[in-house]
Amino acid sequence: MAEEVAKPEDLAQVDYRPPAKDWRDPAVEFRKGVFCYSAAPKHLQYLGLPNPRPWHPSDADWKLPADWKRIILEGMKERLDRFRSFRLFMDICVRCGACADKCHFYIGSGDPKNMPVMRAELMRSVYRRYFTPAGRILGPLAGGRELTEDVIKEWFYYFYQCTECRRCSVFCPFGIDTAEVTMMGRELLNLVGCNINWILEPVANCQRTGNHLGIQPHAFKDAIDFLVDELAEITGVRVEAPINRKGAEILYVIPSAETFGTPHYYTLLGTLLLFHAIGLDYTLSAYASEGGNFGLFTSHEMMKRLNAKIYAEARRLGVKWILGGECGHMWRVVHQYMDTMNGPADFLEEPVSPVTGTRFPHARSTKMVHICEFTADLIHNGRLRLDPRRNDHWVATFHDSCNPARSMGLIEEPRFILRSVCRRFHEMPENTIKERTFCCGSGAGLGTDENFEMRMRGGFPRANAVKHVRDRFGVNLVACVCAIDKATLPPLLEYWVPGMHVAGVHELLGNALVVEGENERSTDLRGEPTGAAGASAGPQPEGARE
Amino acid sequence: MNALGSLLLVLLLAGLGFAGGQVAGLRPLFGVVVPYAAFVIFLLGVSHRVVLWARAPVPFRIPTTCGQQRSLSWIKPSRLENPSSTLGVVGRMALEVGLFRSLFRNTRTELREGPRLGYGEAKLLWVAALAFHWAFLLVILRHLRFFLEPVPAVVAALASVDSFFEIGTPGLYATDIVLAGALGYLLLRRLLSPQARYLSLFGDYFALFLLLGLAASGILMRYAVRIDTVAVKQLALGLVTLSPVVPGEVGPLFFSHLFLLSVLGAYCPFSKLMHMGGVFLSPTRNLANTSRMKRHVNPWNYPVDVHTYAQWEDAFRDKLKAAGLPLEKE
Amino acid sequence: MNDRGLILGGLLLFVGLITLPVWYNVAAGTPSRPPELKLPAQGKDPFGTAEYMRASHMSLLVAWRDEVVRGGERTVVGRDGKTYAKSLTRTCMDCHSSRAEFCDRCHGYTSARVSCWDCHADRRLAEGSAR
Repeated sequence: MAEEVAKPEDLAQVDYRPPAKDWRDPAVEFRKGVFCYSAAPKHLQYLGLPNPRPWHPSDADWKLPADWKRIILEGMKERLDRFRSFRLFMDICVRCGACADKCHFYIGSGDPKNMPVMRAELMRSVYRRYFTPAGRILGPLAGGRELTEDVIKEWFYYFYQCTECRRCSVFCPFGIDTAEVTMMGRELLNLVGCNINWILEPVANCQRTGNHLGIQPHAFKDAIDFLVDELAEITGVRVEAPINRKGAEILYVIPSAETFGTPHYYTLLGTLLLFHAIGLDYTLSAYASEGGNFGLFTSHEMMKRLNAKIYAEARRLGVKWILGGECGHMWRVVHQYMDTMNGPADFLEEPVSPVTGTRFPHARSTKMVHICEFTADLIHNGRLRLDPRRNDHWVATFHDSCNPARSMGLIEEPRFILRSVCRRFHEMPENTIKERTFCCGSGAGLGTDENFEMRMRGGFPRANAVKHVRDRFGVNLVACVCAIDKATLPPLLEYWVPGMHVAGVHELLGNALVVEGENERSTDLRGEPTGAAGASAGPQPEGARE
Repeated sequence: MNALGSLLLVLLLAGLGFAGGQVAGLRPLFGVVVPYAAFVIFLLGVSHRVVLWARAPVPFRIPTTCGQQRSLSWIKPSRLENPSSTLGVVGRMALEVGLFRSLFRNTRTELREGPRLGYGEAKLLWVAALAFHWAFLLVILRHLRFFLEPVPAVVAALASVDSFFEIGTPGLYATDIVLAGALGYLLLRRLLSPQARYLSLFGDYFALFLLLGLAASGILMRYAVRIDTVAVKQLALGLVTLSPVVPGEVGPLFFSHLFLLSVLGAYCPFSKLMHMGGVFLSPTRNLANTSRMKRHVNPWNYPVDVHTYAQWEDAFRDKLKAAGLPLEKE
Repeated sequence: MNDRGLILGGLLLFVGLITLPVWYNVAAGTPSRPPELKLPAQGKDPFGTAEYMRASHMSLLVAWRDEVVRGGERTVVGRDGKTYAKSLTRTCMDCHSSRAEFCDRCHGYTSARVSCWDCHADRRLAEGSAR
């Protein structure tokens, strides 16, 4: 991979001058490294999705169904009637361009069709041509554009070059949310079988096994057992990690990557250690073994299909409420969709922390609490013994994940935890955090290797902000609360800011957490010497300043 | 080219109005029929579009949160940027509609040597947009002196505040200067920025030129090519009391002004100018972030195919058993 | 959530505001007649046609003011060949004798502010009140 990819210094030469060519020309070039491969037909077949066939985006013939145009237009009509957001966002954009340089893909690629206004305009031009009187009569003069196969290819290229991060919608004077447009675009593309494997394979896995990685229940159990053993080795404490246990008080739902992936895995270590320390009555589930939801990147229907398992499992196991782990888009689904799609959760109780007695009235309907909300409450009430010196080998910054920041407002909770468990913490520049945070560049199902160049381009603004705090404060660790971040920030930062590490907030918590009966800890959860034992041995860069 | 084409079209329309005002036989058309028709199209068209929006449901609660959520009691929530109450939403919407809060956030991204990304201040677009919209509103309110008899004191007061500096006779209106200046900036920005030029459509320039034409003809009539304002008020009052008076000599420039206004009104429902109503309906702004607090109902929430627990257990029964995981059915 | 009532209410409010002049004038019983002016018995239009005077009398007055105050040119020859003093309160109001029944009618009708009386005393008004 590395030899095919341009060097960072070359990729950073971004030309923002738009081409002379009129944007209405839909032709796009599927160049290696900037698009995702098509979904294998077996996944479409398993999921019952239309038009399964072998094809490739760089083919001339995409083997669309014969009546593809009718399908797309009817699909648009249906969605215009179902989603006010869609109809409104098609109608009211004034093309002021305030969104243009807010998109990480535009900043990283300079491709003018990556300006959010233009990404939506690709759809809007078709909407005007077929659904507005002015466009039907005046055509191009009213901004209308014919729907052709080339337009479908263009849609595919650009709607799978948007991570639905919603940063543009923060700056739009009308709150136009490109994520909504991209979601509609992807739904329409799915109607004619134009989808990508890196999304549909996890979706099919999740439908079948309960999680994106396709981990079957016995392997899930093995992974958790292995994790418990490893935790015992590091801390000397053997934790309970029940799976599918009926009658537990709380169901804990994680992004499945935490069972296998690194550095996700350390987050789960830290979390299970926390649960042990507070004696939480909880269970994991091998059926609802995925909080993440790649259905969100496919269609509203697919999102609902996958999400349904969480409530179903909570009901079956008879838990009182649900706790959710560190995952970005999972929380978009849980916070903004789950209750509406698969509720009401009237078989659950309003969440109450069994340790502090704190009620979580903001989750009283959905009955699901974010692990950071839960832990922040524990720390605030002084229920945890923490030794932040054990994280002294880290100089941390916090990367807000798009969805918790802009679709929920989970901003201070993780920061409070970080400041409590880590003595050296520095924010990235104001324009790159909180509601203005930049995407990792690989969200919304685009984190695949074949898309590497575009991911590096899209992640450039984030990486550049990390570089800023590395140079200024000696930051060596990016903490985050998102499984996709944990998977894709390491290669991104390796490319732009070599030597950086990525960790979940609860990994750092696990490092600092003092548990009864534990050994003198000589290493952190990664097996690296801890700050207290070997601050000088830690990967501390030169010139680190407080 | 979009800009040139729309400029020519607006000049043509202004010329048409001008010519219509000069021919006595066409005055009933340009002074009465066209304005009435435009007004009806405006009202029906705008209503139709708003009803179309209203008929489409908001299936999910999807506010864009721009601040701290309301969660734990000791964490201060951002009541306006991430509202969790109706009052907060009203405040957020008032800031959006009245002060263009989101546009105020605008920055300019710059890629410098290093590579280093910088995010500089870019408030000029916000200033110009806000100046234009407020000036336009005040100008419209000032025009009420032609439509109301007797003229309410508040309209007279507005005019005297607007001409506070008493420059020239009749006194120069500050809003005229602001309106024309802001429109000029918005036009130049579209023409000079390569990105803005790339994404601008015919309709974007057309709306700007229409408004500029309106402003220019209005300013000319007040300060240079004077017209008989009593006759204008006669016409305006006749129109709004549904007893139209076909105007005599008013001055052809006035007919340009009136015709451009008619075109603007009739064009509005078919164009991006509908953002005027749409800004109130944006679900990313006008919903409280209470997604987990209160259940939001989707009227078309249809059942979907779910891989149930029973199916899952059946599929993995042997493996579950071997791993010692509990089963529903042995 | 059903917000259609709210939206339609907002739309009605908008339509109500846009058509406000219609209701206002109905309520005020506004006549469609133009203002009636008290015109001089015999008019000669010595300084311009009626059309010109209607649209631009303020320019003429301002020009006179500047010529008198700054240039000391106190008289003007009218279109009828006679010489007149450049004076609002004398020359103009010798014929258009009533501010209330001439000036104020149109100025009130179009809500156009007059600044003449900020400095000039309305002689006839003053005399009237003295009596």
